[in-house]
Amino acid sequence: MTEMNMVQAINDALRLEMRRDDRVVVLGEDVGKVGGVFRVTQGLYDEFGDDRVIDTPLAEGGIIGAAIGMALYGLRPVPEIQFADFIFPAFDQIVSEAAKYRYRSGGEYTCPMVIRTPVGGGIRGGHYHSQSPESLFIHTAGLKVVCPSNPYDAKGLLLSAIRDEDPVLFFEPKRVYRAAKGEVPEGEYTIPLSEAKVVREGKHVTVVAWGAMLYEALASAEEVSAREGIEAEVIDLRTLWPLDLDTIVESVKKTGRVVVVHEAPKTCGFGAEILTLINEKAFLHLEAPPVRVTGWDTPFPYTLEMDYLPLQHRITPALIETAKF
Amino acid sequence: MQVETNVKAIHGGAGIRTPERSLEGIASVIRPDGTAHPAQDPRLPLALVKQLYAAMVRTRILDERLVTLQRQGRIGFHIGSLGEEACILASAAAMRDQDWIFPCYREFGALLWRGMPLQRYVDNMFGNANDPAKGRQMPDHYTGKPYKFGSVSSPIGTQMTQAVGFAWAAKLKKDDLVTSAYFGEGATSSNEFHTAMNFAGVFKTPTVMLCRNNGWAISVPSEKQTATRTFAEKGIAYGVPAVRCDGNDVLAVYKTVRAAVEFAAAGGGPTLIEMMTYRLSGHSTSDDPRAYRVEDEVTHWRKADPLLRLRKHLETLGAISDEEDAKLRADVDAELKACIEVAESTPRPALTSLFDDVFAEKPKYLIEQERECLEGPRPQAHH
Repeated sequence: MTEMNMVQAINDALRLEMRRDDRVVVLGEDVGKVGGVFRVTQGLYDEFGDDRVIDTPLAEGGIIGAAIGMALYGLRPVPEIQFADFIFPAFDQIVSEAAKYRYRSGGEYTCPMVIRTPVGGGIRGGHYHSQSPESLFIHTAGLKVVCPSNPYDAKGLLLSAIRDEDPVLFFEPKRVYRAAKGEVPEGEYTIPLSEAKVVREGKHVTVVAWGAMLYEALASAEEVSAREGIEAEVIDLRTLWPLDLDTIVESVKKTGRVVVVHEAPKTCGFGAEILTLINEKAFLHLEAPPVRVTGWDTPFPYTLEMDYLPLQHRITPALIETAKF
Repeated sequence: MQVETNVKAIHGGAGIRTPERSLEGIASVIRPDGTAHPAQDPRLPLALVKQLYAAMVRTRILDERLVTLQRQGRIGFHIGSLGEEACILASAAAMRDQDWIFPCYREFGALLWRGMPLQRYVDNMFGNANDPAKGRQMPDHYTGKPYKFGSVSSPIGTQMTQAVGFAWAAKLKKDDLVTSAYFGEGATSSNEFHTAMNFAGVFKTPTVMLCRNNGWAISVPSEKQTATRTFAEKGIAYGVPAVRCDGNDVLAVYKTVRAAVEFAAAGGGPTLIEMMTYRLSGHSTSDDPRAYRVEDEVTHWRKADPLLRLRKHLETLGAISDEEDAKLRADVDAELKACIEVAESTPRPALTSLFDDVFAEKPKYLIEQERECLEGPRPQAHH
């Protein structure tokens, strides 16, 4: 075991998989010599060369379109989109092509690839370096969506994602890229792309979160425990889609109350889907209205970003109100 | 780069709207009298030329019959290649066996050339249980992996960057493989064209970019797609060699594409080929071109019909007779008729297939939705 941050753990996963499987190639803007603007691919260029760690021209549609071609050929491309905010030029290729190849070709073609991209705010990035567009991809049939919150999960989930037979969006919460540290085993291990994790047990209210917001949810859980004696059960989704609904429903049946936290805007955010699914599966177990604590339905702001984000100061009162309803 | 100032004799000046439709200076092989220009003739084996003629006739007849089937309401849609058969067949023939084709949506002729049984194509037209795409897409959105032929989608241009990525992967793996991507001149306005050309140029991928300049993108004429004189000259901006050829001349297309394939295979990188042709039909069966173009233009291009030109060439070689031609047509008619009968009597795909192939393994939520669908009511009618 070694202590790593998320950047190091993701880098470790890429390196191990590139050593193990020569079909794996990394491509994107600045992923080569400089090792990515967040240094996630640092050192890979030196070890694997420019045939497998490829600096591309500055065109996200081209990065993903070319990666699809590589996947069709039989490689395992891991394209990087420098910020999730810049993924939209590639939206057509992801949504209309990568996500649909298997289905539209009757299973003839498959498109295994992992699109890595940093998401989320809290890094003074303004609108174009802070967004969380996960629900757009969850809404798209044919994509898997992952968002780890810690180094251990990041490594195990990325190895699973690269070995998966379908296209995966791998969102990396950049606010905790270096802040989230933990023990990470050396060598390979995988975490299935279908399992949420209960990271704090509790009986009064369920909190569903992922990525950087998990830490805010945990902080609120400790706060309401100390202040009010409310014990929140906190679930880290880890893989957003396919959703581990069983873990959520099991928890909600126990607590009867649920709060979903996400950075993305409220309307049509993934929280809306999660709460609807809970209504469908556990309606009669609910003791309080299900609640969302999310980003506002505004563009992501610069100066007031901490007022935009659903941080501890907003999660704590939501937990108290829901628990006491 | 060729620069054109006049109109080539074979087109007699009519039907040319703008300079960029001019054919002056463009590589042609078959001359107006049907003979091959001796200095330009690629001297293909006669058997291959006859095979190409047969494939073009077959493609033409299929187009005509499929339009009729659509008008009769027996299939939902057809998007064809009337007038563009030389571009499509000769370029497909010029690819080597190991090479891969990334189609647009007018290239069923290339797919059949690559060996897909006609029955499977007709099954796709009907979206039945034997359709390789399992009835999941509109007609003419076929898939042909066993024939090293891509999977058709409707968004414009997406196949181009994929063809570049595929060729790039092959190059990284040191495989002797070239890809081609078909697209219309309208698609040169798409993001994908520019990114594909740029990536192909930067990484010298073995890719042949096949632009069918057929004059029209649905109702928008080619001169409204670009302010450049030609589409080929866009290659200059990307450092990609580009040529124009007479797209209604089988021998010219074959020769030009073959040279590009050999150039790519030798490590030279991509080539952009602008094949000058004309869309004799509407965009698809959903389109009526009388709303936006004059009949004179169509009449003119009918005289430059690639089938007529190849037929004339074969006549000068004494390699075709009326009887042979009639038999060829009768054979295609009979073959197609039989395929339609089979396709029409083949059941639609099983309801469960709706939920297959979304992912390699069916997730729980899809299993639940599948059960809900199977146990639920069915629609009153199917189109």
